[in-house]
Amino acid sequence: MGILRRLGNLGRQRKLEAEIEAELQSHIEMRIADNVAAGMSPEEARRKARLQFGNPVVVKETTAAADAALGLERLWREARYGARALARSPGFSVMAVGVMALCLGATTALFNVARGVLLEPLPFRDPSQLVMVYEHFHGSNLGAEYNQVSPADYYDWRTRTHGFEDMAAWRDWQFNLSGGHGEMPEVVHAEAGTWNLFSVLGVQPALGRTFAESEDHIGASRVAMLTWSLYERRFGGDPAVIGKEIHMDGNAWTVVGVLPRWFAYPDARVQLWVPYTSIASPGFMQHHEDDQSFVVARLRPGVSLAAAMSEVKAVQYRIHMEHLDKPVAGDAISRPMLDDMVQEVKKPLLILLSAVGCMLLIGCLNVANLLVARGAARQRETAIRDALGAGRLALIRQHLAESVLLCGEGGSLGVLLSAALTRWLIHAWRNLPRAEAIHTDASVLAFAFGLMIAAGLLSGLLPAILAARSSTFAVLRDATSTVRGSASRTGLRTTLLTVEIAVTVVLLVAAGLLLKSFLLLRTTDVGATTDNVLTMHYDLPKTVYDTPAKVANFSQALLERVRHLPGVVATGLGSVVPGAGYGDDDVFTIVEHPPLNPGQNMPDALTRVADPGYFHALEIPLLHGRAFTPQDRLKHANTVVISKQFAQEHFHGENPLGMHLKVPDWGDATNYEVVGVVGDTLYQAGRSSKATIYAPVLAGQLDRDYTLVVRTASNPLAMSLPVQKEIAALDPGLPVSNVLTMQQILGQSAETASFSATLVLAFAALSLVLAAVGLFGVVSYMAAQRTTEIGVRIALGARREEVLRLMMSDGLKPAVVGLTLGLVASAGLTQLIRSMLYATQPLDPAVFVQVAVTLFAVAALACAVPAWRASRMDPMQALRSE
Amino acid sequence: MARNDLQGSLDLLVLKTLAQRGRLHGYGIVLHIQQASEELLQVEEGSLYPALHRMEQSGWISSEWALTETGRRAKYYRMTAAGRKQLQQAEASFEQLVRGVRAMLRYA
Repeated sequence: MGILRRLGNLGRQRKLEAEIEAELQSHIEMRIADNVAAGMSPEEARRKARLQFGNPVVVKETTAAADAALGLERLWREARYGARALARSPGFSVMAVGVMALCLGATTALFNVARGVLLEPLPFRDPSQLVMVYEHFHGSNLGAEYNQVSPADYYDWRTRTHGFEDMAAWRDWQFNLSGGHGEMPEVVHAEAGTWNLFSVLGVQPALGRTFAESEDHIGASRVAMLTWSLYERRFGGDPAVIGKEIHMDGNAWTVVGVLPRWFAYPDARVQLWVPYTSIASPGFMQHHEDDQSFVVARLRPGVSLAAAMSEVKAVQYRIHMEHLDKPVAGDAISRPMLDDMVQEVKKPLLILLSAVGCMLLIGCLNVANLLVARGAARQRETAIRDALGAGRLALIRQHLAESVLLCGEGGSLGVLLSAALTRWLIHAWRNLPRAEAIHTDASVLAFAFGLMIAAGLLSGLLPAILAARSSTFAVLRDATSTVRGSASRTGLRTTLLTVEIAVTVVLLVAAGLLLKSFLLLRTTDVGATTDNVLTMHYDLPKTVYDTPAKVANFSQALLERVRHLPGVVATGLGSVVPGAGYGDDDVFTIVEHPPLNPGQNMPDALTRVADPGYFHALEIPLLHGRAFTPQDRLKHANTVVISKQFAQEHFHGENPLGMHLKVPDWGDATNYEVVGVVGDTLYQAGRSSKATIYAPVLAGQLDRDYTLVVRTASNPLAMSLPVQKEIAALDPGLPVSNVLTMQQILGQSAETASFSATLVLAFAALSLVLAAVGLFGVVSYMAAQRTTEIGVRIALGARREEVLRLMMSDGLKPAVVGLTLGLVASAGLTQLIRSMLYATQPLDPAVFVQVAVTLFAVAALACAVPAWRASRMDPMQALRSE
Repeated sequence: MARNDLQGSLDLLVLKTLAQRGRLHGYGIVLHIQQASEELLQVEEGSLYPALHRMEQSGWISSEWALTETGRRAKYYRMTAAGRKQLQQAEASFEQLVRGVRAMLRYA
């Protein structure tokens, strides 16, 4: 209670002082009155009263002090002193506040993003109980540690194990959503989820209901749930949509529910959900090798994950043993759902967070350096205050008050900045999972506040202790002669600078490595041309294109039309172009080879379709044999072309031409004759190539996705409208999606790499600027301290080049030491980002050399300016200024 | 051991004065202590007012502005319940101090 009252008094200082004055005045007047009554003359009475009372000003101050809590009042006073001192040098203050705002803002923003994405619990019921379960191939060449799950495996796991409360599955799908009332047709990302998925997650629909068990059977009536974004965008947010029919892929689907606005699983691109089996063909539930589903499982309370998984593993092993002739995984593996969603971005986020932390450290060191410099300029002030009896602690406190004030202002600006930066990060980082979990709240503000205080203490404590430590006597003595600088002060500044430069070097090296690997990634040779190639995607609905002939005719008609457009150099039709992703893979056997041993995994390869012009259009070289011809069509489409890697891995020097493949999943027992071998392509930049089989697109397989490839003479995007018009001319209801150039496709796979490389580079560049400013400051300071000395030297005949060299070597020494330390530290620390590098070694000599050269050049420049200025000095003026 | 410093004694004198006289202003307190102590104790104004204000902040006394008998505005102090408790403690601890000092002096 006393504290509160005193705090209140602090604010009413002036009024209180007036009251005390009145009280003391009345005391003196009563005394005078009594004195007069005792017979003194008025003057005598007044004089005696004053004498007895003592100095009223002192009494007033001590009385006022009793009204305010001593510590608090002092703190307030120090803050005021600090503010006044800062206001006296606005240049310094603006710069320091700016640096702190930038560093604190960036750190807070990244913390906010990392916390939302990595730490915020999933928005589901009891999210810690949710795990993702995958198939697991032991020692396989498939690189499939976490392999997606086949429908039959999922159903077996669900019915034959008991450790999980429930298990649900979903798989990616897409639909042509056609308008009921003349809206544009569009391709929508969809997911097919088992009926129990939403109850496993613990999600209630915003409108309507979720799927019923009876709707999740093959042949059941078609139902769909909309996500909130599709509901608002396409259906105007009208609740009457529940129970209505929408048309997808030529079928009518009844809308039964709308998901809540916040629901963005598995990502925000998903537009609608349908039951798991609604997209399946008969026999789907018996497929043990159609590995395309993701399985979400909720642990039963009281059952450990290990116990629950051991049952699943046992079931999977049994399935494996029952299907030795098929590629069925022999094991299962799980990971927490949250880890599963963020594992792609965890490392980049942590690296960015460390980088921005380094930048903050550099910012603090820089402010500390500036404060030391200011401390030097104010040595006399400090010494005089010290001599007048200010305590050491009070002096340290005042210095700290200044730096905390600086960081406070910087931090407040930084919080505003961080809000903008957070928004920018979410916007610029496309495909950032869980972006919807990022929000600014009290804990972010608390983090920013804590960071601010820590930064203030860090940047203020060293200079403060130093300033208070210097002895009054020495300072006053030094003040009479500026020939000798304060050695300890310069030493501290040099140390701070060395650390600053070392940290900068680490950042620069990391940025250099990431940038180099990003550039390599973007310019990767995927084995096909990327210049002037436009691609677009369509798929032919089975309801309309219901015979292979119709499909093949459409393809041929389209290619014919597009080929004759002006500006088109070549056309091709395929399924997945190089760099566009993994696509499909299938297992196969080679007819001419001896059968596999029991228990041996069947080999698999990527499978693609291609038309006769595909390899020419993408400039994939034909190495042996022939490409497809228009005769490889429908019934005669029993030929395949293989990639070079396929030939090497599976024919080991035999001539593959004329050999035959069997591919069970292509649904027939045809022997496919190998007619050609083409060059290898990468399915994704940054991944190694994989054996590939191409089948003729003119086989007219139903229900397939097609990618039209158009190589043009010039700007390929300019061709996108004319080509789309040709498609619309053939089938006005057919939506086209993913209209992208090859370069855009490759850019997408390098997106995260590009993003983190660019950001780390930005942090490193800022740090370099800060370090240069610090170096410039230190050398200027040393030059200023040695003005007289230099004056004397020049007056005594020292050559200006010698002075220049002297000053340069003083400044470059910390730069070289810092550079060396930084390079050594980088050699160790870059091992941590090894997994993020593509075709770049953590100890890439080119990057290290470039960083060393850049840093040295910048440091030399920062030193040269003040050193040159010192060497140009007029000795007379320098000596006179003494 | 109780606090037996000088400041404690001044607090005791002020509290005792207010206990004996009820409401009183600073000048009145000085006069009362002087008279009641048979001119032996002279309170310094320089330490009285800080002490009064500190005691008020501690909640032992409260203050209000009022007119004196001669029509002058003055700040009057009065003891609070907390002050009464404080007075008892201060008296006890002073007695102890006096007994202690006496014993010291009598020690042969």
